[in-house]
Amino acid sequence: MKARAFDYVRPQTVGDALRVFDDAGGDAAYIAGGQSLVPALALRLQAPAVLIDIARLEELHGISLEDGWLRIGAATRHVEILTSDLVARHAPLLAKAAPFVAHPAIRNKGTFGGSLALADPASEFPAMALALDADIEIASTEGDRRVAAEDFFLGLYETALQPGEMIRAVRVPIATASSRCAFDELSRRRGDYALVGCGVNVQLAESRVDSVRIAFLSVGSMPMRATTAESALVGHPLTRDQIRVAQDALARDLDPPGDEHVPAEMRLHLARVLLGRLLGGLDTAA
Amino acid sequence: MNAFAGGLDRPNSYIGRSVSRPNAKRLLEGRGRYVTDLVLPRMVHAAFVRSPYARGRIVAIDIAEAAALPGVRAVFTGVDLAAICTPWVGTLDHFAHMKSPPQLPLPLEQVSWSGQPLVLVIADSRAIAEDAAELVMVDIEDQPALADPVAAMALGAEPLNAGFSDNICFASRLDSGGVDDAFAASEHSVEQSFVFGRHTAVTLEPRAIVADYDPSEGRLTAHHATQTPYQFQDVYSRHFGLSEANVRVIAPDIGGSFGMKLHVYHEEMAVVGASILLGRPVKFVADRMESFVSDIHARDHRVTARLAFDASGRIAGMEVDDVTAIGAFSSYPRTSAVEGNQVVRLMGAPYDFAAYRASLSVVFQNKVQTSQYRAVGHPIACAVTECLVDAAARHLGLDPFEIRARNVIADDNYPRTSPTGYQFEQLSHEACLARLRVLMDYDALLNQQAQAREKGVLLGIGIALFVEITNPGPAFYGVGGGRISAQDGAIIKLTPAGEVHCSISVTEQGQGTETIIGQIVADQLGVDRATVRVMTGDTDTTPYGGATWACRGAGIGGETALQAARKLKANLLSVASIVLQAQPDELDIRDGWVVERTTGQQRISLAEIARIAFFRSDTLPAGTQAQLSVALHYVPQGYPFAFTNGAQGCLVEVDADTGFVKVLKHWVVEDCGRIINPLLVDEQIRGGVVQGLGAAFFEECLYDEQGQLTNASLADYLVPMAVEMPDIAIDHVETPTRDTELGAKGCGEAGTAAASAAAMNAVNDALSGHGVAMTQIPMTPTRILRALGTI
Amino acid sequence: MTAKMAISLTVNGEEVETLVATRTTLADFLRQDLQLTGTHTGCEMGACGACLVLVDDRPVHACLMFAVQAEGAVVETVEGLTMRRAISDLQSAFHERNALQCGFCTPGMLVSAYGILAAGALPSREEIRDALSGNYCRCTGYEAIVDAIEQTARLRHEQEEQA
Repeated sequence: MKARAFDYVRPQTVGDALRVFDDAGGDAAYIAGGQSLVPALALRLQAPAVLIDIARLEELHGISLEDGWLRIGAATRHVEILTSDLVARHAPLLAKAAPFVAHPAIRNKGTFGGSLALADPASEFPAMALALDADIEIASTEGDRRVAAEDFFLGLYETALQPGEMIRAVRVPIATASSRCAFDELSRRRGDYALVGCGVNVQLAESRVDSVRIAFLSVGSMPMRATTAESALVGHPLTRDQIRVAQDALARDLDPPGDEHVPAEMRLHLARVLLGRLLGGLDTAA
Repeated sequence: MNAFAGGLDRPNSYIGRSVSRPNAKRLLEGRGRYVTDLVLPRMVHAAFVRSPYARGRIVAIDIAEAAALPGVRAVFTGVDLAAICTPWVGTLDHFAHMKSPPQLPLPLEQVSWSGQPLVLVIADSRAIAEDAAELVMVDIEDQPALADPVAAMALGAEPLNAGFSDNICFASRLDSGGVDDAFAASEHSVEQSFVFGRHTAVTLEPRAIVADYDPSEGRLTAHHATQTPYQFQDVYSRHFGLSEANVRVIAPDIGGSFGMKLHVYHEEMAVVGASILLGRPVKFVADRMESFVSDIHARDHRVTARLAFDASGRIAGMEVDDVTAIGAFSSYPRTSAVEGNQVVRLMGAPYDFAAYRASLSVVFQNKVQTSQYRAVGHPIACAVTECLVDAAARHLGLDPFEIRARNVIADDNYPRTSPTGYQFEQLSHEACLARLRVLMDYDALLNQQAQAREKGVLLGIGIALFVEITNPGPAFYGVGGGRISAQDGAIIKLTPAGEVHCSISVTEQGQGTETIIGQIVADQLGVDRATVRVMTGDTDTTPYGGATWACRGAGIGGETALQAARKLKANLLSVASIVLQAQPDELDIRDGWVVERTTGQQRISLAEIARIAFFRSDTLPAGTQAQLSVALHYVPQGYPFAFTNGAQGCLVEVDADTGFVKVLKHWVVEDCGRIINPLLVDEQIRGGVVQGLGAAFFEECLYDEQGQLTNASLADYLVPMAVEMPDIAIDHVETPTRDTELGAKGCGEAGTAAASAAAMNAVNDALSGHGVAMTQIPMTPTRILRALGTI
Repeated sequence: MTAKMAISLTVNGEEVETLVATRTTLADFLRQDLQLTGTHTGCEMGACGACLVLVDDRPVHACLMFAVQAEGAVVETVEGLTMRRAISDLQSAFHERNALQCGFCTPGMLVSAYGILAAGALPSREEIRDALSGNYCRCTGYEAIVDAIEQTARLRHEQEEQA
């Protein structure tokens, strides 16, 4: 499994990288962590003429607090998300999801921005970007722009990124004292792509749900919000009965794919079970 | 534990001792020498163009563009290799009416499985070879694939192999008599239908070979990652028309084998042929995708079985029908029928009943070839037997230990012959069952289970008894015409410095063969084992022998080493007695010194004996011919197999909401006869158990209707990893075989033989309150939820 | 496109300056260009852990990097760790416990274990198994490996407490 030949360039700035991509007529790929791209190249599923290494671009690094947002540079590695105090305190949902992302050695190289740009429906971070109402900063030759996570994931491995664009950073609103979150996934083995995964991000008002975002992975061609289930919870305390209403509502939010080995109703059933456990486990004390 | 010849407090007493492996140090420092590491001068690299279709007629192959790519040294098709390699047929005479189509390294006209190698590209690097492989144009007229064994067996089904009238590779029936009467007379019976997932070995080091043909001497050296260099010396010499003396096969460090690296593969044969045609070394390493579509598969069985028993749970009879799906041809030279043959003959083996009937159908498919893989057939026979026994127990409300206690062959009731013709010298089912109950603290587990149930947690406890075939004699392959040796040879030499060098024909793949041979030689000779060096795996430097398979290394290789060491010791004492003017029987060897047997007083060192014999033979009496090297061959001649036996237990937690199962703990009580190195035996058992648990919960090769293997990657074929596997407690009973001095039997496959059966019984125990019994492995969450009616 | 690129990096404490094809993975570069065959390849897609090496002191899959990406990096393989005696207690524990059989997964296991122990804490058996979740072994069934790592962690901890 050896990749086809390619030219390799390591530009010094984001602007240079964008220009190199343009000059290659689009027959190029950015490589950051490479943990998904390199196997694709080895399997010859992809064969760009030029590989543009953006992993070390200073502009893409760093985790910082800015006006109520946590800003995460696109080239931030998963292990940094896992171990960052800032993330643990201000975006705990990411810290809870991080241990499930692949395996330790993959986390040492794979990047947060890379995960969102690839938009594998079975990945944890794209779904958590939805759950956190993230804001994605995109760099392009036409200038920078922002896209909300809501509008970023468009289809199977399809995002709002146009060819040649790259994610510069991702911002998430920081957690407050009334935030509660939980993450879990069901996978056959630790680190495998999940059969179903879910992150819930709740804002409490006293002990009622003031707002909630529920995002699933591995339930379709993209990460999915469960908006009907969310609506069922808003304004209510998280009682067992109310949780059951939310679980029932999932049938309207999710239409998972299926095959003979994992039928659609299996995924939907697991999504129900997972949601129930996550919501049931939240500490709703003020 | 029965101590060997005086126990562990004798000097140089190594038999029965847990000691570390001398040959593991280099592996720990990254200095292993695997075929995948080998580089030879002017070596080139191989890649294959493979069939995208499971079945089809080859219309045309165009290699021009590939051959013209810079860095490509040759492109070979079927015709090129057929000119220098005779076809092979994977049948054995003692499987009556067995049929299989002849195989050539690369096909001439027909493709028979998806992934079959069609064209061989040779280039300066593997990457360039892959570039060129993409440029080969192959035109195949695809045909409907036979990918369902039931359909392939049906009357009138189109034969997959031209010239055959049907798709049956081999069929057999066993009938001990009395089965219909037994079922008619029995108050109860249970019947179940089982489906066993098709497996592949997934050795971490893939298959690899460096074939190095030297035309100046007409000599082939094959550096081959194989368990059995001797078999391949024979295969390469016969099929390529080379004299046997001019074929050397070297098996260096092997990165896992488990039986998979015993078999003849088209790719390796093609690469040997390429080296002969090019006159330079050619290297082939299967990448992981190739491994999935070309390594042998195994364990693809559909079994319907029933058990007749009385009101007290005593088994009266058993009947089995086994349909096993193999590949498009039978593997060579060990056939694809041995597994099925063992399945039907191992059924019910621990239990005392006489009426047994079985039918076996071995069915061709347009899939990868199948053959022997760790525990060959045992896991299926054990699972069917043990699940039926548990079903009978549930039917009667009997405890699983109790029903087994009522049915096992009593420990004092040997020798015995099974209804299937297997001869048991002496097994210990009662002792193992009792020991397992203690090891598991079964009563505490039952308590734990009851308390958990009150909290809505489903724990399951399952047990399984098994027998295992080890130390096979020539009845296995030789009688069928297979040139696979059932004997072994050892050459042991004293070096001038008084150290010991042993070359022996059993081989090492990490189980510890070289270590235990060293222990036996040191023990029997009377030297520190640090002065003994064991060499294996090279047909030029070791005697011809059976190598590693069917757990024969410790029992047969060990006995060979033991007897050879005793022979050398006698020679050394003979020389010493001349030098010391004493009687040989007054002397002994301890810690490398010839000593007075009764007092232990040191008289002369082995180093001094060696010095005199090698350099100062002038000081010896005329006519003295000191023999400081010995050669000895040994073949087992008692029982056709040395059966071992044991009992396993498994504790699981089933999440009935998700269908996910957590394996909490596993136990094994194993009787493998005399244990040479308990540490190594226990680790073999653990590795085998985990392979069995992988079978129970994770592993299956998934095919679609077009014969495409749809999960041909490590991301999709699920091998057991650390988080999902339990700690495994092990205890032993030791019943040595009296067929050898050493008394050792094999143990390498025991863990795998019964682990999935114990796991199935555990899951079924957890689900018994739901009236559900799983009879298909792997027990995936989907299958469990379906069985529960959740989906 | 087939031209080689110059790279400069540190491997096992030695400066390496050489030309390498851009598509050569770090794993193949180490094994073939530098003849450091202690690092193994089992899948070439990051699923088995046989190829783990340290890059800038962190375990990474050498099959999931191209050598050119390692420009200026500090790379250590099992050979380098052995030479500077960084894992001799681990190797000794593995040896005594027989936490290896065929040895093919072992360098990757040792590099993973190096990463586990680098944190300095006393990992539980569950934490050790979790940290090994990307390391495939077909021979041992994992328990002996967990034992060896657990024991090494305990001994290091005891030594530090005494110090």
